[in-house]
Parts: sequence; C-alpha cells; structure tokens
Amino acid sequence: MSKVGIVTGTSRGLGWALSEHLLEKGWIVAGCSRLAKGPIHKRYRHFQLDIADEPKVIAMIRQVATIQGRIDALVNNAGIASMNSLLLTPTAVAENLMRVNYLGAFVFLRECAKIMVRQRMGRIVNLSTVAVPLSLQGEAAYVASKAALEALTRVASVELKPYGITVNAIGPGPVDTALTRTVPRNKIDALNRRIGRTEMGSTTEVVESIMRFLNDQSGGHTGQVVYLGAV
Amino acid sequence: MNQTTKTNLRQQIVPIILGCLAILGEEISREELKSADENTRLFGEKSGIDSIGLVTLLIEVEARISQKLGKNIVIADERAMSLTHSPFRRVGTLADYIIGLIEKP
Repeated sequence: MSKVGIVTGTSRGLGWALSEHLLEKGWIVAGCSRLAKGPIHKRYRHFQLDIADEPKVIAMIRQVATIQGRIDALVNNAGIASMNSLLLTPTAVAENLMRVNYLGAFVFLRECAKIMVRQRMGRIVNLSTVAVPLSLQGEAAYVASKAALEALTRVASVELKPYGITVNAIGPGPVDTALTRTVPRNKIDALNRRIGRTEMGSTTEVVESIMRFLNDQSGGHTGQVVYLGAV
Repeated sequence: MNQTTKTNLRQQIVPIILGCLAILGEEISREELKSADENTRLFGEKSGIDSIGLVTLLIEVEARISQKLGKNIVIADERAMSLTHSPFRRVGTLADYIIGLIEKP
C-alpha cells in the first residue's frame, strides 16, 4: 500500500524535490502552493492555495484523508523570507512572515495530526533554518517566525507522542533555491563559514534528512531540531 | 437559522456525539459511556475521560460531522480546558457548541 504524504510549497525548490523523491519511492503526494504548478505525476495532486487560508487548508486535508483514507506524513516546507534591518522592518512584513511561516504550518500540523491521531501513527517534519540558533542579523522577523515553529515542534512532539506521532524539524543552512538567490553571495559565503561549510547545501541533502524522520523505524526520534551545519 | 432547523440539526448531532462516545467507551473500557445521554459529562474527574480521551472524542466527532453533514467545522476553543466554562463539559453543551459553529456565516 502506498504511503500518503502532504508537502507544502511544492511549486519549486525543496518542496518540488522532496515531492519527486517521495513519488519515486512510491508515495502518493498531495502538494500545495500559491501557484498552479507542481510535479507532474499520476500519484501527485496539486492544490493551489495560500497556506494561511485556514478554510482552504482544512478542505484540502480532509479531502486527501477522505480520498486516500489516511495521511502518513506532513512536511511543512512552504515559507517566505525577508532580509532587512530590524529597525526598518515594516510591521506588515513581520506579520506576514508569522502568518505564513508559523500560522500556516500550525494549521497544517493541527489538521493533519487529527487524522494521524485516529490512525495512531504519523510523521511530521517542519522546515526551520540555521538562522535561528545563529541569531542571524538582518533576519529578525524571519528568525522569530521560524523560532516559533521550532517551539511548536517541541511542544507538539510531547502532546502527540501518546498517539504514535513524531514531530521534528530540520534547519538547513543556505540551500540553492529561489529563497536564497536574492541574498548577496558574500552574505551566503559568510553564513556558510559560520556553520563550517565550504559550499551551499543541496536539496538532495535536505531531502535525505527529512526522509530519516519519515522512516517507519524512527518512532523514537521526536521533538528534535536538526541543523545541517556545525551550529 | 430558525428554531425548527436548529432542533433538526440537534437531532442529527447528538446521536453522532453519542456514537463516538460509545466507541471511546469501548476503547477505554468504560461501559457506562455506551448508554450516555445529553447530560453525560465529558470533562473533569467525574467523567472518567482523561484529556487524551477527550481529544480523541472531539476529533472523531469533528470528522463525522464533516462526513455525515458535509460541514468542515473546527472544534477548538480557548475555554476547552475550563472546568466551569468549557463548551465540552457535557454531551448537550458540545451539541450546542457545534450548532453554533455551523450557524456561523
């Protein structure tokens, strides 16, 4: 029987790569993004939505659960970034980062966990960043939204453990995706040096890290935030 | 929503809650939950239902409301864990709460 996974932010980058990997492994994947674009595969279904649009997210998850009969895994990958001096960051930008990076992931987690509670099994992985433990300057609002997601990861792991659900987070360093292409090269290099890396991370490396947490045998690993670098 | 519609809705919702409660009673070996009624407590020491049992029950009710009535409600309330104000105190208060959610535009 194919496993069923939900991945957010599948129109490009890591979400796209992870979806393709899961599909290659025989999974059924439901993905979403604001764009009507995702991997083309008979076992892939795309939902065009804003992840902070609660009614649409709920409708998506319940539709997937009804059609497939279960949800084995959720990967909260969708996110937005913003670089700016703290003192020059508009409130609306800080609010939008929290809305997408934290609240969007919160609703996906809560609703998928409800399905997983009924199954008494599930795997949830949230995407964070090394910018959180590094307290990266120029990223205050972004880091705060991802720190909130890490805190959610830890508390959710405790509350959902009795139901056989694990909740973990992966915090990559800079990965060559659309999110990092607008960041000046010297800043990327400096960040890589801080985490002991000589080159950009790859989507393959992040996908492999996520897959470790999605593994059936990884039930003992929960509440962990794993950074891909020397942090 | 007029009173007749509300009464009809209540007549559909209460059996859904009681059905879920019977399943929970089976799972946690509390036979009395199989003969529950609108006054049956869902919360607090006297209910015999712990927080995991309550969460399991509410998730099941939410899923069945979605399947049977086609309404995508979210049973979540900031007073959920209040002994005196929780809308989940008894079967009847939960039914009223769900009707309130369905009534929302």
